[in-house]
Amino acid sequence: MSSSNILSIITFVYGLAGVLYIFAWIFKKPGCGKLATWVAMIGVIGNTAGILLRWVESYRLGIGHAPFSNLYESLVFFAWTIALIYLFIERRFGNRIIGAFTTPIACLAMAYASLKPGITSDIQPLLPALKSNWLIAHVITCFIGYAAFAIAFGISAMYLMKQAQDDEKVIWLDFVRPITLFVFITLFSRILLVGNWALSAMTALPICLVFYAGVFIVRRMPANIKNSLLEMFPEPRVLDELGYQMVLFGFLFLSVGIITGAVWANSAWGRYWGWDPKETWSLITWFVYATVLHARMMRDWRGQRLAYLSMVGFAAVLFTYFGVNLLPGLHSYGALGQ
Amino acid sequence: MSSSEVASDLSPLNRLWKAFASVKLTIVLLLTLAATSIIGTLIPQNETPVAYVQAFGEFWYRLFALLGVFDMYSSWWFRSLILLLTANIVVCSIDRLQFTWKIIFARHPKFNIARFRRFKRKEEFKAERAPDRLKNIYPSIVARRFGYHRVEDTDEGFAVYGESGRWTRLGVYIVHFSVVLLLIGGLIGSIFGFDGFVNIPEGETVRTIQLRNNPKNLQLDFEIRCDDFNVTFYDTGAPKEFRSSLTILKQGKPVYQKDIIVNDPLQYEGIRFFQSSYGNLPPNEVMLNFTSKATGMIYNQKAAVDKQIVIPENLGTFALKQFTRAADFRGQNIGEAFIGVLTPPNGSPVDVTLPLRFPRFDRMRKGDVVIAIADYLPRYYTGLQVSRDPGVWVVYTGFILMIIGIYITFFMSHKQVCVEVTADGKKSRIKVSGTANKNKLGMENKVSNLSEKLAETESSAKGEAKN
Repeated sequence: MSSSNILSIITFVYGLAGVLYIFAWIFKKPGCGKLATWVAMIGVIGNTAGILLRWVESYRLGIGHAPFSNLYESLVFFAWTIALIYLFIERRFGNRIIGAFTTPIACLAMAYASLKPGITSDIQPLLPALKSNWLIAHVITCFIGYAAFAIAFGISAMYLMKQAQDDEKVIWLDFVRPITLFVFITLFSRILLVGNWALSAMTALPICLVFYAGVFIVRRMPANIKNSLLEMFPEPRVLDELGYQMVLFGFLFLSVGIITGAVWANSAWGRYWGWDPKETWSLITWFVYATVLHARMMRDWRGQRLAYLSMVGFAAVLFTYFGVNLLPGLHSYGALGQ
Repeated sequence: MSSSEVASDLSPLNRLWKAFASVKLTIVLLLTLAATSIIGTLIPQNETPVAYVQAFGEFWYRLFALLGVFDMYSSWWFRSLILLLTANIVVCSIDRLQFTWKIIFARHPKFNIARFRRFKRKEEFKAERAPDRLKNIYPSIVARRFGYHRVEDTDEGFAVYGESGRWTRLGVYIVHFSVVLLLIGGLIGSIFGFDGFVNIPEGETVRTIQLRNNPKNLQLDFEIRCDDFNVTFYDTGAPKEFRSSLTILKQGKPVYQKDIIVNDPLQYEGIRFFQSSYGNLPPNEVMLNFTSKATGMIYNQKAAVDKQIVIPENLGTFALKQFTRAADFRGQNIGEAFIGVLTPPNGSPVDVTLPLRFPRFDRMRKGDVVIAIADYLPRYYTGLQVSRDPGVWVVYTGFILMIIGIYITFFMSHKQVCVEVTADGKKSRIKVSGTANKNKLGMENKVSNLSEKLAETESSAKGEAKN
């Protein structure tokens, strides 16, 4: 069995774990949750095996290199990191509901890597510029950072669900939120899925409608059902703190990732910073999360405001990761079709 | 900010200081930098004016050019934003350090028991032994967990105070200092460094570098020769390795030799040469074959530009005239080719095109002799990126400090704990409370762990008593 076969199966394993976590949450079946943990662990083990096998296979092909060199490989590593960090959190905090919001992200990353046309799962030989240990350090640290931000995003979403009422009543938020949601979904469906803007907007519209229908239904639910769904969530205080811890962790790794990337650029082209779009977007992401940190540490921003800001940060991560390939620039190694 | 003084009481300089010491300003600047940085990723930077006019039209071109959008990361307003942020970082750090310095470098850390008594969260338990007996045991347990400890007597017993990680309060200043170092390093590089490129044909020597974003050339103090260039490919056709053998010459004498590949440059006198591109050059020499139409005989001859060749069987003379990268054949580009002149014994000279890629091309001329390029040695030039950046070590120092600083700031904290023991008849009552400047949840765990450990001595003491 080849590594890409194993990794395709792992996509479904993560999907199954996600479904089980969601089941355990909605129908309150602790047994289901325990099973989900086991399934997620099998997923991580299989994912690890897939990555290692891919490494071995590349040597069999005579083009041996660490499996962190193109979009497919980075997505696989991204999913692995998310699942691993999540399992660590589960063990530490003993709450399985977070799994319902994070394992699906791992599954989506893997599914996107396997199914999106144009992302090849073939093992490709390394171009001369990519032959550097700094590159391996760069990819690994960046994706650990991105994974931490992905989990922070999931936790921020949970926080906003738990605190369904606004902390402070701001009228314009009611208009700004749906528009922002629509713009973001359009942008990301253009980046991730379809080839033109009109089609992206048409994809985004039903997604937004379904989302708001869901919100509407939940708002109209009898209070006891609503509470029973949310009572198993960790306390808002814990979610807030946990999301923030994830941002701290992610920020450290993002910083190391940008730095190792700069050292690599300096050894390959003689300049550590060149303002190419990918570099610039990673810096934009860094600025946004630096804002999150200062707002929280120095101005004591918490709760909703910080949850939204952290979600904006993750949008910047996604754009750095995928969106930049739409822009003019040189940083094409992680691009589609590579 | 820390001060709530009325602004009008302050001198203008103080007011400016206060303005820069604001974290609100930091947040505004960070978000502004994030938002404006997007522009330069949407609009390609440093293209030619013609390309911009074509893309945006005259009006927008002028407007964008006025705002420096086409080279926005070195425009005055973007640099001012970075300068403002730097000033903000420096002022904030100095402003705060004035307070934290005294806390961090206090010789005798202040221990205010009233402060710990006010904490709502406390671990409490009772001990069978009197405070004066516990006084022999507890301090060493606290000392094992915290670097510094002190025992103080209270009215009804004693208190053990422990703390660790006071110095970690410096972490954030290390991060801020590292950011300033990065900017200083960048500035040193842009003032004292340069960035250029040079193409060297195999076997040739150069000493002039073409600067980037600057029409001027740069004369080096030494010469550099490309002895050899090689490119290898994978089976898929993707490039595997570009390798240039370079020699540095001083006054014509070789002083240093190195093969460079991508990611492994040559460095000499602070100037670094990076493998960055390559290209084909016309071969110096080609092997031609002449096929006589009359006899079918093939004659091989070496040829070089402007070298007259006499073709056997009295078919005339031939000479290569020039090399072209893109030969034209009925409007089609047929790639690299030599153009030669064939002079038949009795007739006017004809131009002959000899494409490198199509050796049978000359058959179409239907002449008395068919000329083809049978073989040639490809010749390359190597494209080198040349740069000097004396600021790079400042930047790297900044990188290392930033990583260390972020780790300290995020994951280490100043922890303080207080174990208060009060007499309760012949027994004791113990209260453990603690605080940390960061990661309060983690500190809560640490306090309850300490309390458990202290309580455990109770059971072992009982065991001893029974024995």
